Amino acid sequence: MIYKETGQFKSTYESDHSIFPLIQDKIAFNILMLVAFLVVPFFIDSYWEKAILIPFLIYSMAAIGLNILTGYCGQVSLGTGGFMAVGAFATYKIMTFFPELNIMIIVLLSGVITAFVGILFGLPSLRIKGFYLAVATLASQFFIIWLFNKVPWFYNYSDTGQITVSERTMFGVAVTGANAPPYATYLFCLILVIILGFAAKNMIRSKIGRSWMAIRDMDIAAEIIGVPPLKTKLSAFAISSFYIGIAGSLYFAVYLGALEVTESFDIMAISFPVLFMIIIGGLGSMLGSFLGAAFIVLLPIFLKNVMVDLIGLSAVTAKHFEITIWGLLMVVFLILEPHGLARLWSIAKEKLRKWPFPY
Amino acid sequence: MGLKKMIVGFLGSVIAIGGFLEVATADLKFPMLVYRTGAYAPNGIPNADGFVDYYKMINARDGGIGGEKIVFPECETGYKTQVGVECYEKHKENAMVFQPMSTGITYQLIPKASADGVTVYSTGYGRTSAKNGKVFKWIFNAPATYWDGASIAVRHILKQNLGNIKGKKIALVYHNSAYGKEPIRTLQVLAKKHGYKLMLLPVDHPGQEQKATWLKIRKQRPNYVLMWGWGVMNQVAIKQASSIKFPMENFIGIWWSGSENDVMPAGAGAHGYKALTFNAPGDDYQVHKDIKKYVHDKGQASGDGSHFGTVLYNRGLFQAMVQVEAARVAQKIHGTSKITPAMYRDGMENVDLNAKRMEELGFKNFAPPFKNTCENHGGSGLAAVQQWDAKAKKWNMITEYMYGDAEVVDKLIAEDSTKYAKEQKIAMRCN
Repeated sequence: MIYKETGQFKSTYESDHSIFPLIQDKIAFNILMLVAFLVVPFFIDSYWEKAILIPFLIYSMAAIGLNILTGYCGQVSLGTGGFMAVGAFATYKIMTFFPELNIMIIVLLSGVITAFVGILFGLPSLRIKGFYLAVATLASQFFIIWLFNKVPWFYNYSDTGQITVSERTMFGVAVTGANAPPYATYLFCLILVIILGFAAKNMIRSKIGRSWMAIRDMDIAAEIIGVPPLKTKLSAFAISSFYIGIAGSLYFAVYLGALEVTESFDIMAISFPVLFMIIIGGLGSMLGSFLGAAFIVLLPIFLKNVMVDLIGLSAVTAKHFEITIWGLLMVVFLILEPHGLARLWSIAKEKLRKWPFPY
Repeated sequence: MGLKKMIVGFLGSVIAIGGFLEVATADLKFPMLVYRTGAYAPNGIPNADGFVDYYKMINARDGGIGGEKIVFPECETGYKTQVGVECYEKHKENAMVFQPMSTGITYQLIPKASADGVTVYSTGYGRTSAKNGKVFKWIFNAPATYWDGASIAVRHILKQNLGNIKGKKIALVYHNSAYGKEPIRTLQVLAKKHGYKLMLLPVDHPGQEQKATWLKIRKQRPNYVLMWGWGVMNQVAIKQASSIKFPMENFIGIWWSGSENDVMPAGAGAHGYKALTFNAPGDDYQVHKDIKKYVHDKGQASGDGSHFGTVLYNRGLFQAMVQVEAARVAQKIHGTSKITPAMYRDGMENVDLNAKRMEELGFKNFAPPFKNTCENHGGSGLAAVQQWDAKAKKWNMITEYMYGDAEVVDKLIAEDSTKYAKEQKIAMRCN
C-alpha cells in the first residue's frame, strides 16, 4: 500500500531518469530536506551538533568516498585515515598560508589536493588487486601518518605537533573555531554533504560510474569492451579521495578544531570504522553510506545514553555492554543481510508495496 | 527516500532519550571524564577511584560543600579525544570544572571551554603555557607543568653529577602524542644550557611495541633516560629497560610514569626506578582515615577499593581536593553557596593551599603548598623524586621538593602563550 507504484507512469525521459523514481520516495526526501534545513537549525544545540550531527555528516561523506572506490570500483582501501589526514593538513596549511581565503574554497581545495595524493597511491592498483591492494593502501595509511608526524613543516613547527584551526566565517557567521554557533557548522556540513552526495549519485549513474562498475565486476571483460582500466581506476581513486579529503578537512576545521595526526587519524579511529560503515551499510549503495555512518557513529552514543541515563548503569559497565552489544549487532546484521542495511531497506520496501494486504 | 525515514526515526528516538538527560539540580556538578576501559585503564582506574572516594567522603562527612551536595557523573572516554568531546558537550551545562585526564582532550577543550565559560583543571598535564593566566583565563594546570618536570629531572641529574653534565647523553622516551612531545622544547633549551646531548625516542600509541626503542638505547648507551609515558607504555618500558640491564637509578619518569601499576609487572627488575611526583604516597594521612570511616567502612568504595593509598589514587584525592577547595573559596568570595561556573573560576584562581590549610583539609605534608593567582595558573612548580623499592613494594621519596629552572621555563611559557594569544586574538588580562 505504502509503496504502491501502480499508476505512476513515466512519460518523459527525464522523469524516467530521476533519482527518486517513486513519488513516495520523492515526498519523503523532500520532507527530510525541509526538516534538515528549516527545522533542525533552529533547535540544534552544541551537544547535538558536536556529538551527533556533525560526526554523522562527516563520516557519511567519508563513507561515500570509500564507497565510490570500494563499493563501485571494487578497489579495497584501508587508507581512509591517511587520506583524511591529507585533507585536514591541507586545510591547515592553506589556512595559515592564505588567511583571507574563504573557508568553502579552502575545504574544496583540500579535497583537490587529496585527490592528487589519491591518484599517486592509486597507481599500484593497476598492477595489484584485492587483498594485495588493501595491503598497499594500508602502507599509504602508515606512511602518511608518519610523514605528518615526522616533518614539522606540516604542523608549522608547533611544539606538540598539534594543529589548531583559526576562526573563519561564511556570510559573517563563524563556521570554524570555538565561537561558531551550532547551526552554522551544521548547515555548512549539511550543504556540502548534500551537494556532493547528489554529485556522487549522478556520477554513478553516468558513464564514469558505469565504467567503475564494469571494472569492479570483471576487469578483463571491461577492458575488452573498451573501458580503459588506467583512466577508470585512477578516476575512482581521485574522486574517492576528493570526498575523503573533504571529510578530513571538515573533521579538522569544523568538528574537532584541534587535533594531532597520530591519534585522530589512527587506523582504528578512521580507516577500519569507515570500511565497516560501507560494509554494514551496503557496498555500492549511496543510502548504505548514510546508514552505515549512522550505525557506526550514532549507535554507540545511543546505547550509552540509554544505558547510563535511562537504566542508570555506571559509565564503565555501560561501556562494556556497549562494546558487546555493538559487536553483536554487527554480527547479527551481517548474518541476516550480508548486503548491508541498504539491502534490508529495499527488502522492506518490497514488502511495503503490498502491506498490509499481502494476498 | 527510505534513508531519511530511518535517520529521522533514529534521531527521534535519540531526542527522546536526550530529553531525559536534563537533570535539574542545585547541586555542584563536577563531571568526571574517566577511562576505566582501554589501553590506559590501568592508570585511569585508580585515579578515578580517588576522585569518587573523595567526593563521597565530602558528601558524607560535611554534607557537601557549604551545604551543597557534590554530584559527579562519570563519562567514559577511553582516553579518546572524540569521545571526550562528546562527554564534554553532554555535561558542560552548569559544570563547575572539567578534569580531562588526557592532554589530547585538554588541548581539545581549551578553546571550547574558554568560549563556553567552563573551568578546565589539568593537574600537572595538558598545555604547559596555560600556566599563564593572562592568556588562559579558564584553564588551570597547578601545581606543576611538564616543563617544570623536565627541568626538575635535569636538575636532579645535575645534582648527581655535581653540576656538570657536559657531554652526557640523555634520552627521552616519549608517548608519540601532544602529551609526550610537551617536554621536548624545554629539554632542547636545557641541552644548550648544560651541554648534554638529547636523544629523542618516540613510542607510538598504545606503547606495547618498544623493542626497537630499547635496542637503540642498548646500542647508543645514553647516560640517563627520561620517560613521558602513560598507561601500558610505562610497564612495557620499565620491563624492557630491566631486560637490557639499563641501570634503573638512571631511568627517571615524569609523575604520570611513576605508579605501582607501572613498576609491579617488572618485578625485581624495576628496583631503583625513579619518578617525579608532586604528592606523597601512602595511606596514613587524615584524609585516608576519613575516607575509610565515611566511605570504605560503609562498603561504598569506588571500584573494588584495592587502589587505596596508591600513587595515582592519592593523586586523584589531591586533584579532587583542589577542585573542592576552589568551590569553597568561590562560595566565600561571592557570599553564596549556590555558585555558578563563572564564580567557580574565581574560586580556582584564588586557591591558596598553604601548609596550614592543607593540614586542616587532612593533607598534612601530602603535597607542597601552592597558590594560584591571576597571572599564575600553574601553582608552585614544585616536584620531588621518588624511587621504587621492589623488595618492600613501595615508593620512597629521595629528594626534597625542588623548583624547576624558572629562568628557562618562564621564558618559554611567555613565548608560547603570547603566540597563542596572537593566533586566537585574546586580550591579556590581569593588568
